[in-house]
Amino acid sequence: MGFGRNCDDMQRGAFMRNYMIKRILWILPMLVGISFFAFVLITLSPGDPAEVALRVNEIVPTPEAIALMREQLGLDKPFFTRYVEWLLAVVQGDFGNSYVNNKSVFQEFIMALPATLYLSAVALIFIIFISVPIGVLCAVYEGSMGDIFVRVFIFLATAMPGFWVGLLLIWLFSVQLGLFPTSGMQAANSVVLPAFTLALTYIATYIRLIRNNMIENKQENYVTYAKARGLKESIIYRHIFKNSLNEVLTALGMSIPKLIAGSVIVENIFAWPGVGRLCVSAIFNRDFPIIQAYVLMMAVLFVICNLIVDILSASLDPRISQDG
Amino acid sequence: MNVWQKLKKDKMALLSLGIIVSIVFIGIFAPFLAPHDPLAANIKIKFAKVSLSYPFGTDQLGRCILSRLIYGIQTTVFLSIVTMLLTITIGVLLGLMAGYLRGIVGEGILRLCDVLLSFPSEIMILAIVGMLGPGIGNVVMANVASKWAWYTRMIRSLVLEYSDENYIRFAKVAGYSKRYILCKHLFPTILGKVLVLATLDTGWVILNISALSFLGLGVQAPTPEWGMMLNEAKNIMTIRPSLMLAPGLAILIVVAACNFLGDSLRDALDPKHNQIKGMKL
Repeated sequence: MGFGRNCDDMQRGAFMRNYMIKRILWILPMLVGISFFAFVLITLSPGDPAEVALRVNEIVPTPEAIALMREQLGLDKPFFTRYVEWLLAVVQGDFGNSYVNNKSVFQEFIMALPATLYLSAVALIFIIFISVPIGVLCAVYEGSMGDIFVRVFIFLATAMPGFWVGLLLIWLFSVQLGLFPTSGMQAANSVVLPAFTLALTYIATYIRLIRNNMIENKQENYVTYAKARGLKESIIYRHIFKNSLNEVLTALGMSIPKLIAGSVIVENIFAWPGVGRLCVSAIFNRDFPIIQAYVLMMAVLFVICNLIVDILSASLDPRISQDG
Repeated sequence: MNVWQKLKKDKMALLSLGIIVSIVFIGIFAPFLAPHDPLAANIKIKFAKVSLSYPFGTDQLGRCILSRLIYGIQTTVFLSIVTMLLTITIGVLLGLMAGYLRGIVGEGILRLCDVLLSFPSEIMILAIVGMLGPGIGNVVMANVASKWAWYTRMIRSLVLEYSDENYIRFAKVAGYSKRYILCKHLFPTILGKVLVLATLDTGWVILNISALSFLGLGVQAPTPEWGMMLNEAKNIMTIRPSLMLAPGLAILIVVAACNFLGDSLRDALDPKHNQIKGMKL
């Protein structure tokens, strides 16, 4: 028996290694594709970037000024040369300068990033600490009044626009009760309302996921066997919970980049000084380098999170890697 | 039809369908049903209380809120439906092509979808609106662009699934042309499934369009749109918080109806799928 298991482990190790190498190599063409998309997007935008750059600085766009600006922005070179030059600069952390205030885009982005990460992290904590206990309780007391109430809440939460929830929370907790600041991130507790607004739809999704996974697991053979052995209910539920966790963790990993990307609306409602707000104001100002940096960084983040989740779930579940 | 009979037993699904149909109906006949011009401002009666002539009161410019809600259907709901129709059209055309005409064309479509799907839809929408600039047409385009790849892939896999069914094989053996089989057999079968998903996604698109309008990236003032109305209500939240209620509830009701109908349709079409998973009320 010992020999058989060793052999299995070795085989699995080889599968895992191959799978990981394949998965990591696949990242490269994907990153090139994403960077190309981000570059093309701005190149395709209607209107001459040089003219936009002049207009936002309130310089009259005479043909001479446009020609000068085109040279400054490097727009007079052929398309692929520009792409390669841009990509080489980006790899070194140089996204060019903002059209509006001429500051380094990378600097602006890095300055705004911690606020967004902080907001998303607090939202993630809300998600885990609210949806896990409620989801488990719903599965244990399936069909009870509490369960039904939570299901109604879930149904409403998935249909409610996030920005409306945010406004209602501001009105109730800031304007009426004065418990939290309406906007900004000066006070220590200002993160509570935006993080909760951001978390709400995910809370609903995860309660549903945990509850349904556990109820599905209840019908498995190992539960019948555990009951037949006369194990205590609480121990059986512990087993069920552990077995339901895998899918939840995978989904949670994929939710992290979505949380960061989804903070755009919340940041704008609560005047939260993060990258989402930076991007929306850049859209209004037609400040293309910032939009480009935002799109590229978010897509890269998405790809990396995807990779980590895939590798983690493959190492937890050998079936995935064997399919290739 | 079988599906319709199952649906008829489901009271909540019928209610959802009723809500959607009547909202579309109200939207179409907005000029006859709205008590006032949604754009007519009258500063003298701003923040008017609920009355017979202004059933929901007036906003900060003295515009009739009910009329703005009714005309808002034409922007929020109808534009979402247009978005979904565009998405489905592109998805069905390319998906049928990718599934049925294998070879370079199919492979090319598939790879393009893969690259696009590696972008999260939220980022894709912001990127496209960022590129084209704010405006409702651009928002619709961005939503279509972020969704068509997913539909194309899904329709392709449906085509592959059904291509192995006996009646399709029979049609092939009987010597019918590819085009005939596509139009007469595959298309109608697939359309049913696609409509279900489209119903579910309409809710998602409504949320998206109103969110972008709320940010000021979509519909521009003074056009009545539910997200836009919430944006205006935000600025006067301390004076007149009740203005936030109507547009928010309108979105909630329509999106909830779409979600519920979509779930019920899926159950009716494919009862195996959600015995536990589909957690309906």
